[in-house]
Amino acid sequence: MTSQQTDQIAAIVERCVRAEKVARGALLPILHEVQAEVGYISEDVVRQIAHALNLTRAEVHGVVSFYHDFRAAPQPLPVIKLCRAEACKARGVETLVAEAEVKAAGKVSIETVYCLGLCSVGPAALVNDRPYARLDGHGLATLIEEIA
Amino acid sequence: MSVVRISDDAVALALGADALATAFERQGATVERVSSWGMHWLEPLVDFGGVGYGNATPADVPAILAGTAASIGRIEEHPFIAPQQRLTFARAGRTRPLSLEDYAASGGWEGLMRARETGSAATLEEVMISGLRGRGGAGFPAGIKWKTVADTSAPQKYIVCNADEGDSGTFADRMVMEGDPYMLIEGMAIAGHAVGADKGYVYVRSEYPHAIAKMRAAIERCAHIIAPFTVEIRVGAGAYVCGEETSLLNSIEGRRGEVRAKPPLPAIKGLFGQPTVINNVLTLAAVPWILSQGGAAYAAYGMGRSRGTMPIQLAGNVRHGGLFETAFGITLEELVNGIGGGTASGRPVRAVQVGGPLGAYIPVSQFGLPFDYEAFAAADALIGHAGITVFDDSVDMARMARFALEFCAAESCGKCTPCRLGSVRGVEVMDQIIAGRDVDTNVALIEDLSETMKFGSLCALGGFTPYPVMSALTHFREDFMIQESAETIA
Repeated sequence: MTSQQTDQIAAIVERCVRAEKVARGALLPILHEVQAEVGYISEDVVRQIAHALNLTRAEVHGVVSFYHDFRAAPQPLPVIKLCRAEACKARGVETLVAEAEVKAAGKVSIETVYCLGLCSVGPAALVNDRPYARLDGHGLATLIEEIA
Repeated sequence: MSVVRISDDAVALALGADALATAFERQGATVERVSSWGMHWLEPLVDFGGVGYGNATPADVPAILAGTAASIGRIEEHPFIAPQQRLTFARAGRTRPLSLEDYAASGGWEGLMRARETGSAATLEEVMISGLRGRGGAGFPAGIKWKTVADTSAPQKYIVCNADEGDSGTFADRMVMEGDPYMLIEGMAIAGHAVGADKGYVYVRSEYPHAIAKMRAAIERCAHIIAPFTVEIRVGAGAYVCGEETSLLNSIEGRRGEVRAKPPLPAIKGLFGQPTVINNVLTLAAVPWILSQGGAAYAAYGMGRSRGTMPIQLAGNVRHGGLFETAFGITLEELVNGIGGGTASGRPVRAVQVGGPLGAYIPVSQFGLPFDYEAFAAADALIGHAGITVFDDSVDMARMARFALEFCAAESCGKCTPCRLGSVRGVEVMDQIIAGRDVDTNVALIEDLSETMKFGSLCALGGFTPYPVMSALTHFREDFMIQESAETIA
């Protein structure tokens, strides 16, 4: 990690810790912010946050590893969050997965999520907070090409 | 000037509503971005002078403005909309979500004003009379929960809104937050007034970025109206189990989302150890109407001990998917085949799952079941958050049973053994059944495991996963009994 990144994280932690004096339980907001700006939660970040919040590293690591959203390593590829929960299964998402994985290989990471609340118009996906619905094989392939 | 109304709800956005709005603006029309009517199969839906144009594309714009495009007729008279009893979704499709002007003009804040006029005790009484029960799934009477918190004495109490709507097949919470955020905030402020809490949290799942943005903007804009009550948004991090109330509280406190043993109840010792009202979005969103129109008026809807209306969500392989709010008592037949129009694929309906991943699979033979907490419980099923996911006859129910266990394994918080280990073992046993190995023995094993999980788990995740598994096994046994020997194939 560059010293610039260390400073950046220190600033985020500092900002959130200061805010915690009015907002209690700031660990999740801090982790969200670090991940949004840096992309993942490294060992160094865990140490800095633990120190700032007077927690043990184990406590912070425990939280990072508990939640699916937090990454311990960088994800260099663009990500499609594809819903594979029951309602999207009922609308055929499973028939799209194998082909999409082949098309996405090495270019795009297809991650499984369970429910985006678009259950009446699935199969559904989220890319950088942008929703997509009524996906078919062609639609998913186009989306992969667009963001690759 | 021509004014067209297009939703800016996530469903509409996912289906091209922004490009459509831009196309209308290019033609000189004024576009108002409103909430969704909830007719999702027609999105993006254009409302031009009260007349609807479904599945509109930018190419349709000139014809719509000229009045020559094919329409669905007047939206409020549409057969999907006209029979609904919309109390919570009264503004759906009609108002701009973040417009304080629209909200006030449609009866907004009247409930809060009435609560402030009549005082805390009378506010509580009104909620008691309404018979409102928790819409998150458990169906616990909201009035009793509120009274428990009101009766405690503590320096700080909290109102927590559970907006961790993780159940597949449900989206009503999302629609409230994206379409009518002030109503939810008003409901929380009323709850705060009733129990003596001045601080509220809304815990929204991270999969709902649009709901988060709308709620944040709404809280900022109405802060002066709800003061001294304040509301803060907390964003989840992809853990389904945080929809369970005690793990949600742990998550707000910055911990792993592990379930807490009860007692103590959150109403006595909840967030940061203080008395806490924790209610689902739909529960709190029903409150402004109850206060402005009266608890008795709300209780006039419904059947038995299920009073009021339920925003039912028609999802999955259904022709007319979307939001249908109506009084309790409507049957599954009316909902799925009547209003829902059967499957989207055109094939026969085989099963519906009601109540999300922890809800039972219900066969067509039980479609006479009325939508009522007690009637569903008597049929070994759950209303849950009132999501109905429709499956056609291509579904393999053994695979769905396996998925229920796989989901439980992925989402278990790990605190109790029946859930943490039972789910993993359950997947392994289902794999044996699907492969056709020792089917009878393995089916008996699954039944035994389900029993253990149902009665031995700490919370509903492990405790209710047996519902989809056992209902699939009971009603669709033929899918489990494929005696194909994997060994001979191998």
